[in-house]
Amino acid sequence: MTTSLLIVQILNGLQLGVLLFLVAAGLTLVFGVMDFINLAHGVQYMLGAYLAVTFVGLTGSFVLGLLLALAAALVIGLALEFLVFRHLYERDHLDQVLATFGLILLLNQGVKIVWGAAPLSVPVPEFLSGSVRLMDGILYPTYRFALIGAGLAVGGLLWFIVERTRTGMLLRAGASNAPMVSALGVDIRKLFMVVFAFGTMLAGFAGAMAAPILSVEPGMGDTVLILAFVVIVVGGIGSIRGAFVGALIVGLVDTLGRSFMNDLLRLFMSAPSARATGAALSSMLIYLVMAIVLFVRPEGLLPAKGRT
Amino acid sequence: MSAAPTTAGAAGSTQSRPGSRPLLALVLFAALALVPAAVSLGVPAHWLSLVTRAMIFAIAALSLDLILGVGGLVSFGHAAFIGIGAYVTGIMITEGRTETLLILPVLLVVCAIFAAVTGAVSLRTRGVAFIMITLAFGQMVFFLAQALSAYGGDDGLTLYARSTIAGLDIAASRTGFFYIVLGALIGCYGLVCIIVASRFGRVLRAARENATRVTVTGYDVGRVRLIAYVISGMIAGLSGFFLANQTEFVSPAFMSWQRSGELIFMVVLGGVGSLHGAIIGALAFLFAEDVLAGITEHWKAIFGPLIVLFVLFTRGGIVGILARIRGRSDG
Amino acid sequence: MADPVLALDGVRKSFGALKVTDGVSFSVAPGELHALIGPNGAGKTTLVHQISGMLRPDAGSIRFRGADITGLSPEKRARAGLARTFQITSTIASLSVLENVALSVQARATHPLALFRNAARDARLNGPAWAAIDAVGLGERAHVPAGRLSHGEKRALEIAMALTLEPAAILLDEPLAGVGHEEGARLIALLKSLKGRYAMLLVEHDMEAVFALADTVSVLVYGRVIASGEPASVRADPTVREAYLGEEG
Repeated sequence: MTTSLLIVQILNGLQLGVLLFLVAAGLTLVFGVMDFINLAHGVQYMLGAYLAVTFVGLTGSFVLGLLLALAAALVIGLALEFLVFRHLYERDHLDQVLATFGLILLLNQGVKIVWGAAPLSVPVPEFLSGSVRLMDGILYPTYRFALIGAGLAVGGLLWFIVERTRTGMLLRAGASNAPMVSALGVDIRKLFMVVFAFGTMLAGFAGAMAAPILSVEPGMGDTVLILAFVVIVVGGIGSIRGAFVGALIVGLVDTLGRSFMNDLLRLFMSAPSARATGAALSSMLIYLVMAIVLFVRPEGLLPAKGRT
Repeated sequence: MSAAPTTAGAAGSTQSRPGSRPLLALVLFAALALVPAAVSLGVPAHWLSLVTRAMIFAIAALSLDLILGVGGLVSFGHAAFIGIGAYVTGIMITEGRTETLLILPVLLVVCAIFAAVTGAVSLRTRGVAFIMITLAFGQMVFFLAQALSAYGGDDGLTLYARSTIAGLDIAASRTGFFYIVLGALIGCYGLVCIIVASRFGRVLRAARENATRVTVTGYDVGRVRLIAYVISGMIAGLSGFFLANQTEFVSPAFMSWQRSGELIFMVVLGGVGSLHGAIIGALAFLFAEDVLAGITEHWKAIFGPLIVLFVLFTRGGIVGILARIRGRSDG
Repeated sequence: MADPVLALDGVRKSFGALKVTDGVSFSVAPGELHALIGPNGAGKTTLVHQISGMLRPDAGSIRFRGADITGLSPEKRARAGLARTFQITSTIASLSVLENVALSVQARATHPLALFRNAARDARLNGPAWAAIDAVGLGERAHVPAGRLSHGEKRALEIAMALTLEPAAILLDEPLAGVGHEEGARLIALLKSLKGRYAMLLVEHDMEAVFALADTVSVLVYGRVIASGEPASVRADPTVREAYLGEEG
């Protein structure tokens, strides 16, 4: 009973971790290469989910809807880059934070105007409905497995691009020393565009994939954004590997904390006070983990090489 | 000289020296003191509560300006202190402890402890990491408040009474409360001005520009910043006390991360590092919010782009614009 | 001979496989001006960083006024009387010359962080600050923001800030770098006037200045001291000529 619950919760934690990784990867790359802090990155995740709602509804096909949603998210992201972000690269972080904060206000309200304030959902695609039987008495939805698998596959692809290709080498070099890369004669603007477009797609993909299992609502990107910040800080700014490890830690700690904190506390306190303390403690758990990591290693667990 | 427009424009931000315009601050406070009289002469009545609320946020913005403007530390979790101040007030009132002289010391100590602990961790990092971590700690308090089911949890906590001073309700008269808040604002402004002009303030300012220099001169920069962070948190906590008493309600929304973003915008809107700019910024922000919210329920869709445009096209905030106008008229 | 003010013993520092400081030992006596020369990349600035505490050596010890300071933070070293200037000048651009120097005076005051005392009107800070400003000849420029000073003036300001720490030793990291001829001559005269009063470690490329000022010269090449002694003997040392002076003709 407890073992089966544990397995299910570990899978749930992995699933949250994978989503966070997809969002954090783009954020950390954009930050690492461009020294640009983009609060509106979470909004891309939200837009991915809303666009999936619309396009899956229009086409009646999950895969087609997903692809269209990704394309549309990319177009919106590039439009924002052109209109706003590229004027902020040379500014200080305070200006970047404020301007992208303004965009969040606009876009959160914007989706309310377009799609309404009520939560929406996307049906789980037919071919992934069902459940997988893990062992006696434990069923786990196929779609969630697919989500974990897709996330890990994208993570693997990302790892391959960053570690094994020429572009990836430039990215890593850029993340630790951007002036050096531009001194090598690389068109840094073009590199920025590629990185940015890629990050946007990843966030949009995460949002679209999450749409069938989470409720799609305004502000859904904000929570993910802040969790992604925790991921990046824990993993080390600018580091893809750090983002991956950080995302899994945050996903697992948060999920397991929320489901087992009560039981743990009941070992040494009464049920009502365990419930109250458990709720408070589990909601703070990942931030405490972050604080501890920072206290021991202010630069994060796996900082990008060369960045200090 | 502190507002020479040519060099300031090139450097990116117009830094008017804190407390360098005592006359402007004096005019500002005098104008605020006249608001109740203006209301009795026919200015819209809701201005009284609107300006009270704006002054409460001005206290918080002022405290943020101490670390953000003077110290160069972009904290994105400052609303947490407002929330902690409000919750300490709300919880103590709920438990029957309404006496202000009892609430305030508790509140200040709680805020100081929270600031000292989170500051000690966040100040180990710089720049963007500091922004992200303060944001995360702010969110931590937000979720903690949501989990406080004994005190309203998600729904917030409605107060059955307000704080008292020697048994008297501090907000019995709305005009009386207005002047109490104004007095607190003037007191905080004076305190922050004195701190900024002090030896400590000089080190804090110098460390924003060149921390290495300040370190080899013999200062523990981390400690100086932590002290500033704690003072700032305590002042922001005080604004939470007033906010709880004005709204007679406390909720996790007081410390949402958007609120922290709004506080930063107030400081930048007024003019970073000028102190009186933070007050002007808070007033301008709340009036703009009031006007826009009167036009459409989707006022944030207007306000958001305004912030973007403001960041892209103005430098130095309202104080900077005023200084440029003055500079032009001076020749 | 008097006990040295500053003594390095077997100091080592590596960045990965690169040994930037490879067992450096030397000492500076009270009032001695010790020059450290060496080609670019010899590890001079890295060594100064280790002495001032901004980098920590991997091995070896640094003693200052008889106490081991190897593990001490930079601010504690400064307060103990070990002052430094930077290769790339480092002042607070928006503060005036007087305020910069007063900031430095304040660090040694009994209440360095007094919260409620107005710093700008504090005679206990401004008095010693004026003395240091006059000593480096910046009296006329006291109220100018440091950011508007000429390059040489910024160097002089840094030296004034170092002087107010009442230092037992001053580390000077290439004070003449990037300074024009006329201002350079003025700085050399300033350093000469300070000579004998403080122990000084001078890192410098300008050989003319080094041989005019130094009591002792040490030559650092690839992280090692290859020669050390009086200027004349170092200049005559064949290994030095080969490794370093030779390339300058």
